[in-house]
Order: sequence, then structure tokens, then C-alpha cells
Amino acid sequence: MSVEQVLFYVFAALAVISALFVITLKNVVHSAVALAATLLSVAGIFLTLHAEFLAGVQVIVYVGGILVLFVFVIMLISVEKSIVERQFNKQWVIALITAVLLIAELGFVVWRGKDSLVLAEPAQPAPSVLGVTGNTQLVGETLYGQYLLPFEIASILLLVAIVGSVALSKRKTQAE
Amino acid sequence: MVPTHHYLLLGAALFTIGVVGVLTRRNIMVILMSIELMMNAVNINLIAFSGRLGNVSGQVFAIFVITVAAAEAAVGLGIVIAMFKNKETMNINEIDLMKW
Repeated sequence: MSVEQVLFYVFAALAVISALFVITLKNVVHSAVALAATLLSVAGIFLTLHAEFLAGVQVIVYVGGILVLFVFVIMLISVEKSIVERQFNKQWVIALITAVLLIAELGFVVWRGKDSLVLAEPAQPAPSVLGVTGNTQLVGETLYGQYLLPFEIASILLLVAIVGSVALSKRKTQAE
Repeated sequence: MVPTHHYLLLGAALFTIGVVGVLTRRNIMVILMSIELMMNAVNINLIAFSGRLGNVSGQVFAIFVITVAAAEAAVGLGIVIAMFKNKETMNINEIDLMKW
């Protein structure tokens, strides 16, 4: 096995195991730490696919931004009460059956189609009009060239989300 | 080289774990984390195909998915804080104002 394969299977196993910890641990803080492990493993998987820029974005935005936001909110609300409560819904049996059906269906489809996914040779990224070849340069050129309008729409979405979350968390009680 | 369908199977496994988390847990923070898990599964698929086909568009779409995940986390956590202010709970079964 090559280094790439070893790294992929190690990171995949880590990602799945820590994802299972995310949904089974009682303490929300422990779940957040397990989620950090999952996100870092996924960043490693991006590296095995030569998506170096996305791996960096994953670590900076997901682990450094979104997850820290989660931990901040966990810090603001009390954890002690929710630990002693029952953790799972009454509908967990039905949910588990649905999930087993879902993974069986997805696995079956992927397994049946695996021969059509085999490429004779992994295609190299086509050199761009500017003649750049690095991953970050290619992503940047595609993002700001071909996908400029979606990029602007995404920035409007972020603005709306900022305004919305500020409006949501503004103090509004029944007394006022 | 790792076969492409192994990446897809990993994505399917992570997505299903996220679905189980959303459907079974009662703590709203864990539900939001499970949604992040599912978005990561989608990203793995996008980047696997991007790498195998030599097309950077998949990575650009993954960036958009991360943007949407950040927006979703901001709004979701705003809702959690508003909810905790009003009801002092993280249990979604007690948030039943719109249930009949």
C-alpha cells in the first residue's frame, strides 16, 4: 500500500469513529471535541486528494471558526442540566431503521456503480488561461472567474446570516 | 491509488451518522453538530470527484458549501440562544409551540 492509501484509511477510520462519538457522547463539550477530531480528519482526507487549499479552509473556517462558535454557545448555556436528562428521543428505533435503510441504499448504489467510477488515469487539472498550475491559484481563478456571480450571492447570504443572527439574539422578553 | 468509491462510501457513512444524530438526539447543540457532519460528507464527495476528474469546480462548490455551513451555524446558534433565554432548555422536545 502506498502512503496515500495508508493515510486515507487511517483518516477515514478516525473520521467515522469520532463522528460516532459526536452523536453518542452525553456531554456536549465532549461532542464538540469529537467533532473537531472529525473535521481535522476530513481535512487530512482533502490532502490525500490534493485539495490543499480546501484542507486549509477546512481547518481555519470549520475548526477555527464554526467550532469555536459552538463552544462559545455551549459556554453561555448550562450544560449540567442536559447531561442528567435522557439523551435520545422516543423515536430512536424508527430513526435507526431509517438510517440502516439509507446506508444500505447508498452503499448498494455506490457498490453497483463502482466500475463506472474507475478512471483510466487520474486526470490532471487542465492548465488555466493564466497558465497557473497550483491548487490555490486554480481554485482562486475558477472562483473569481467562472463562479463570480455565485461568489457574490454567497457574500449576500453571509450578510443576511449576520443580520439575522444579531436580530435573533437581541434581548426580547415578555416584560418589554 | 485509493478507488473513488471508497471516498463515496466514506461520505455515505458520515452522512448516515449525521442523519442518525439529527433524528435521535434531543440536545439541540448535538443536532446542529450532526448537520455540520452531513455537510462535511457532501464536501468529501465533491472533492473526491474534483480530484479524480481534474476539474476544480468541485472544490469551488465545496467552498460554497462551507459558506452555507457558516451561515447556518450563525443563525442556528442565534436561535439556540434565543430559545435558551425564553425556555431555559436545550431539549427540543420542550420546544413545542408550533406543534399540535
